Amino acid sequence: MYENPDGVKIGLEVHVQLNKLKTKVFCGCTTDYHNDPPNSHVCPVCLGLPGSLPVINKKAVEAAIKVGLALNCKIEEHTQFYRKNYYYPDLPKGFQITQYDFPISSQGYIMIEGEDGELKVRITRAHMEEDPGRLVHEGTIDKSKYTLIDYNRSGMALLEVVSEPDLRSPKEARRYLDKLRNILEYLDVFDGNLEGALRVDANISIMGGQRAEVKNISSHKGAERALLYEIVRQKNVVRRGGVVVQETRHFDEAREITLSMRTKEEAHDYRYFPEPDLVPLKISGWAPAIKETLPELPDARRMRFVEQYGITDDHAKALTSELKLAIFYENVAKKADPKTAAVWICDVLKGELNYRNLTIDSFKKEHMLSVIGLLASKNITEDGAVDIIRTILDKGGTPEEIVREKGLIKVEGDIVETAALEAIKENPQAVADFKAGKEKALNSLVGAVMKKTKGRADARAAREILLGKLG
Amino acid sequence: MITKKDLEHIAWLSRLELSEEDREKYTPKLNSVLDYFGELDKVDTEGVEPTYHVLALSNVFRDDEINSPTKSLSQEEALSNAPKKHDGFFKAPRMM
Repeated sequence: MYENPDGVKIGLEVHVQLNKLKTKVFCGCTTDYHNDPPNSHVCPVCLGLPGSLPVINKKAVEAAIKVGLALNCKIEEHTQFYRKNYYYPDLPKGFQITQYDFPISSQGYIMIEGEDGELKVRITRAHMEEDPGRLVHEGTIDKSKYTLIDYNRSGMALLEVVSEPDLRSPKEARRYLDKLRNILEYLDVFDGNLEGALRVDANISIMGGQRAEVKNISSHKGAERALLYEIVRQKNVVRRGGVVVQETRHFDEAREITLSMRTKEEAHDYRYFPEPDLVPLKISGWAPAIKETLPELPDARRMRFVEQYGITDDHAKALTSELKLAIFYENVAKKADPKTAAVWICDVLKGELNYRNLTIDSFKKEHMLSVIGLLASKNITEDGAVDIIRTILDKGGTPEEIVREKGLIKVEGDIVETAALEAIKENPQAVADFKAGKEKALNSLVGAVMKKTKGRADARAAREILLGKLG
Repeated sequence: MITKKDLEHIAWLSRLELSEEDREKYTPKLNSVLDYFGELDKVDTEGVEPTYHVLALSNVFRDDEINSPTKSLSQEEALSNAPKKHDGFFKAPRMM
């Protein structure tokens, strides 16, 4: 049972860009702007020019329903848009088109791995809205002289996924974000690698105090850091006899701290009213047909992997935590021993990729199959296999080429025998220690054999041979 | 009842600068608007479906096609009315 000593309560508002659509949510501007100059993919609608009229993208609505269903939400019978009024330069119209009391989906949940086992995190709602423009500050937000604005992002379809304050630690918050991102990638509505694809506002309180809202968190790692900072800050306020006030704070990613936005209290007076330019949607009838098209989601795939391939739950979890990795594994497991494949992909390849900040795209499934094949035919040692994987990632090449160039073919028989005899001859002290009962002395003899065979002997076989000769 | 303070708040939200004279004039005017809503409140609406939207339409969509129905502008066109710009960006005073 997790005690939650500081009474931490965290709720997250996650802004997800539906960036796999071709166009923005209310106009025909492209969503493919990430490498283009500022303000080069804008039109009267997303610039908020007078007289322009928004028309909603049907695919965006379908994607929103897909996500709602995957998050176990109810798809509402009646849904409509509102104007949320506030003045900020990222909103050219002076209001944001969003949803209010009739969101497209609500009352869902996702399961995550909590501090003490499975945790159900309730989803209050997932509503549609338009993305504001991107602001660029010279230097930091509190010191820059002026603000530069790029409206290429303005009008991108966003889904704001709001959770209940069910998360109890920064770690749980990160896991929630990882899981959400994972589900979105499986649904093929979202590419998490694009800048600004996922942005988080976090509400956090401790010990029943007032909550602070932390804005400007742009990654799951950032979320964990911002929340860790905020817990320490709030604890310090309480320790000094102060009171945590309800306020909005800005996360400064470079300095890893949160700063008070010092906004006026009345700033939250948004005066929502129905968006007269967009008519209501009655689309709950679409839900059953869309539900049929939902792909296998991470949890279901994880369970299937355990059942179908007989791998451990930990391996299945690691393999399904990224859609591409799951597909990679399945392609390999179809043609090789699934358990060996899981071990080599999870325990070796994934670590080597992470270490180099690479994704699974950097490794071919054919190469994994070759490595597993070479191991199965006992042509290479496990150390040799690791060497091949590292070499492919660092320098390229195929497993066969690397085996040839580095001479990784496993040595057996006479060569190992000779090496063992030499090792015994050259290390009388270790031999004496072993015979005196120090079993650990055998390790240095195995090491000597490995050194003589340049790591191409099988360590277990070398051990056996040494024992035979010493016994 | 709208007070002068409420009026100042509403004006601030809309970034309107009102003179003392304006404030004196608008306060009773807004109150008379509000009073009229009071009249509407008296109507018996028992059993009447709420109006969610003034148009009796629903489900109007566009397809996910580029430049449909509106065409994108060039960067030059987009910035042509901007009082201040910088390297293709709109330029605004710092907001905090």
